[in-house]
Amino acid sequence: MSRDTVQLEILRYDPEKDSEPYFSTYEVPFNDDWVVLDAINYVKENLDRTLTYRWSCHMAVCGSCGMVINGEPVLSCHTFMRDYGDKIRIEPLQNFPVERDLVVVIDDFVEKLGSVKPYIVPKVEKTVDEGEYIQSPAQLAVFKQYTACINCLLCYSACPQVGLNPGFVGPAALALAHRYNLDSRDVGRAAREDVVASNPGIWECSFVGACSEVCPKSVDPAAAIQQTKIASTVDYFTDFLTPWRKQ
Amino acid sequence: MARSNKPIVWGLFAAGGTLSAFIFPAVVFVIGFGVTLGFYSPDVFSYERMQALAANPLGKLCLFAPTFLIIWHAAHRLRITAHDFGIRADGLVAALCYGSAAVGTVAMIYALFIA
Amino acid sequence: MSRRPYIRPVQRSTWWLAQPRYIRYMAREVTSAFLCAYSLLIIVGLVRLAQGPLAYDAFLAAVYSTSGQVFSLLTLIFAIYHTYTWFQVTPKAMPIRKGGKLIAGSIIVGAHWFVFLIASVIILYLVGM
Repeated sequence: MSRDTVQLEILRYDPEKDSEPYFSTYEVPFNDDWVVLDAINYVKENLDRTLTYRWSCHMAVCGSCGMVINGEPVLSCHTFMRDYGDKIRIEPLQNFPVERDLVVVIDDFVEKLGSVKPYIVPKVEKTVDEGEYIQSPAQLAVFKQYTACINCLLCYSACPQVGLNPGFVGPAALALAHRYNLDSRDVGRAAREDVVASNPGIWECSFVGACSEVCPKSVDPAAAIQQTKIASTVDYFTDFLTPWRKQ
Repeated sequence: MARSNKPIVWGLFAAGGTLSAFIFPAVVFVIGFGVTLGFYSPDVFSYERMQALAANPLGKLCLFAPTFLIIWHAAHRLRITAHDFGIRADGLVAALCYGSAAVGTVAMIYALFIA
Repeated sequence: MSRRPYIRPVQRSTWWLAQPRYIRYMAREVTSAFLCAYSLLIIVGLVRLAQGPLAYDAFLAAVYSTSGQVFSLLTLIFAIYHTYTWFQVTPKAMPIRKGGKLIAGSIIVGAHWFVFLIASVIILYLVGM
């Protein structure tokens, strides 16, 4: 099958001119080696310089080029043009306000991410002179998959509960909370529970599992959240049955 | 933010979901089709036999515990499903779902332990 | 430059039609309606049993009627789908590590089906005893 050109239908929105977003169609050359991001770059360089979108590394590491392509949230640098038909529909990530064209506002996510304390809370703070916090490979293996998150927000775009319940802390932030809870060097779990085990935390998740299906880094946030639900439920009943142990 | 009390209903949801995954297909088959497909003789579910089962303490437990867990599992999931279908009166839905499960539980206690 | 972010509306009651994975999810969630209704049917049966032979026989007749059979068949289908979906996600909710390595999900799911089979045979046997 040989194709000369492909039509890109790209969602456009200029906050200074448009009352609402609309689709514009651009004809770009078909190239077997191009990812969709290359085709979008072609539009920017040759057809419409006003087209606005985020990208940086072009190798699925930076997490900035997440878009919804033919209805599916993907990294546009990680998705080949040849895997689509003659028309490719490109939209900004779902469940975020559209700043301009394919750029979304992620302030809300950044705030949620910070709220789960995504850093090591050590039992005793060490100075640089006192050395590292030692960890064995086996202790690392317990949480390693959850460290792979690049904050690309495909999971927030895929998760229907994020859209239906805007307060929901969401997949990536909860997976990262789980990552630090599982870390042998960390004692911050109880402090994280205030957000994680609240109603807008894990309990807004209904285990659709879409987050894990679209994750380009196989982080599996859905698994992290279910494990957190089980651990928090055990906590809840332990506190209830043995109130004298509560601090 | 306050820690949620959802572990109570979620704990029942998870326990009932696990138990029903293992046993409910067999239970529904036995009740619905055991006799009509000729798998059992009709007196397997006769009044005398069921009455004897319901009178036995172990029989009471086998009838009560799984039904209790499964109805609370279903009630909690049904509440979430109502929200997924766009029904936003969550308080009312929760009252209806958990209320039905509670009424069912009380009816079962009445039938097995009081009547 | 003025900022005026556009918020796209969410389809509150029809969002799940947008993707096959959402439809599969809703099918899984709807199993609860059948599990709920059938547990209520069992409870009604127990109450009828406590009320005496006449009431109980009327209950049995309803279960064996055409509509009762259709209801049982639908519930059986949804109950099996519930089992399938529940077992499918257990490796995520309860991963097992042995010697630092994760045990393959297929082994955990397979073990669940094995127990399911044994439990079903025991139930079928005990009821007929």
